[in-house]
Amino acid sequence: MVGIITYGAYIPKYRIKTEEIARVWGGDGPAIARGLGVYEKSLPDMDEDTITIAVEAARAALARRSIDPQDIGAIYVGSESHPYAVKPSAVTVGEAIMATPIMTAADYEFACKAGTAAIQTTMGLTKSNMIKYGLAIGADIAQGEPGDALEYTAAAGGVAFVIGNDSPIADINLTASYSSDTPDFWRREGLPFPRHGGRFTGEPGYFKHILAGSHLMFEKAGTKASDYDYAIFHQPNAKFAQNVAKTLGFTPEQIKPGLCVPYLGNTYSGASIIGLAATLDIAKPGDRIFVTSYGSGAGSDSFDITVTDMIESEEFCRDAAPTVEQLLATKKIVDYAVYAKHKGKIVVMR
Amino acid sequence: MSVPRFWREQQNRYNLIGTHCTTCNTYYYPPRILCPKCRREGKVVEHQFKGTGTVVTYSIIRSASDQFNDLTPYVIAIIELDEGTRLTSQVICEIDEMYIGMPVKRVFRRLGEDGESGPIFYGTKFVPA
Ligand SMILES: [Zn+2]
Repeated sequence: MVGIITYGAYIPKYRIKTEEIARVWGGDGPAIARGLGVYEKSLPDMDEDTITIAVEAARAALARRSIDPQDIGAIYVGSESHPYAVKPSAVTVGEAIMATPIMTAADYEFACKAGTAAIQTTMGLTKSNMIKYGLAIGADIAQGEPGDALEYTAAAGGVAFVIGNDSPIADINLTASYSSDTPDFWRREGLPFPRHGGRFTGEPGYFKHILAGSHLMFEKAGTKASDYDYAIFHQPNAKFAQNVAKTLGFTPEQIKPGLCVPYLGNTYSGASIIGLAATLDIAKPGDRIFVTSYGSGAGSDSFDITVTDMIESEEFCRDAAPTVEQLLATKKIVDYAVYAKHKGKIVVMR
Repeated sequence: MSVPRFWREQQNRYNLIGTHCTTCNTYYYPPRILCPKCRREGKVVEHQFKGTGTVVTYSIIRSASDQFNDLTPYVIAIIELDEGTRLTSQVICEIDEMYIGMPVKRVFRRLGEDGESGPIFYGTKFVPA
């Protein structure tokens, strides 16, 4: 069955605390951190961007399982912070893992769900036997305008999944999607920072699409929340993810391993699937995992996943790359001055 | 650096592709097509370095050209790769944590860019292992 052959994550080591950002803008730091459920967020080093993060995540995936990179027939990189407006991130990733030149590649953009769109594409290509393996990546160095609410959460990180049919560590049983034209968040060509459409951000955007996508999946699979061991939802902050999980009938225990946002921030295209990686880090054979992403603009992709015996086999070595928990623990906290220096450098003009 | 020159050397920079003379067991990075020790007797093959090594010596750069000024202070080191050849690279590390003999491993980073509208150059740097 089609599924995840291997996976890897990468998080830059720098963090800034929510309270430090609030201090500069005269906000009530502890209250803002509690309100969002976000206490720290990651930021990239001066010489890191979406491409370098995607490469590190892909190399981590390949470290865990020995597959021939030449068997990777497609690479899709989902991000809203591709370093170039025109020139694909995916080919640089392909070159850096020695998967080029016999492969297809493209970059995806769908706010925070471009990574799950990449997983769906590679599922189709591998399930139809057009290629042996596909590499799907979600990576971002997210931007929030200084002083804007998004600045508290916009973070950096990425995750890579090799998708194929050849003894996966986790079967992807089903996928379902729900999309509509909703003006909740956007960034115009050539402008450095995104804008959000106030009243569209919560109910008509995030909640409507995640609930609809998740219900579609329940219907398709004939399941309910209690049939799953773990669940992961897009996490722009902790409160949204906790509320949507509760509405769908999931318990705090089910979402705990995959709720990375409190000490990571929102990694946009990486956000829900870094949660999936963190859950796979601790999962056992037979565990069933529910995932629903969300991308503004807007849409949700839902997945029903079952972990297989392969995750504990000799062919797969979880310890060969750092877990999300280990990546989160490897950190250096910086103040706003250092953050601003990094930020000045990382503004991406598209 | 010119775009064509960077492109030709891209695989070396991205994946530490060098060469290995199997006759005298010497490794070369950047790659050499002819082994200077063995000359025509040498059998030279492509070799991908594992990307782990040790800092032999280093210096701290506190003022740099415009392009690298944002990175200062930073560390440039001579690194001996485990296979036994040396190269010069930035080591991404707090400067007060730097020491001779530090074990390091490769990472993929931006090496520079040709202004705001030019190409971005990527390649290998090192971090503490
Ligand atoms: Zn020789």
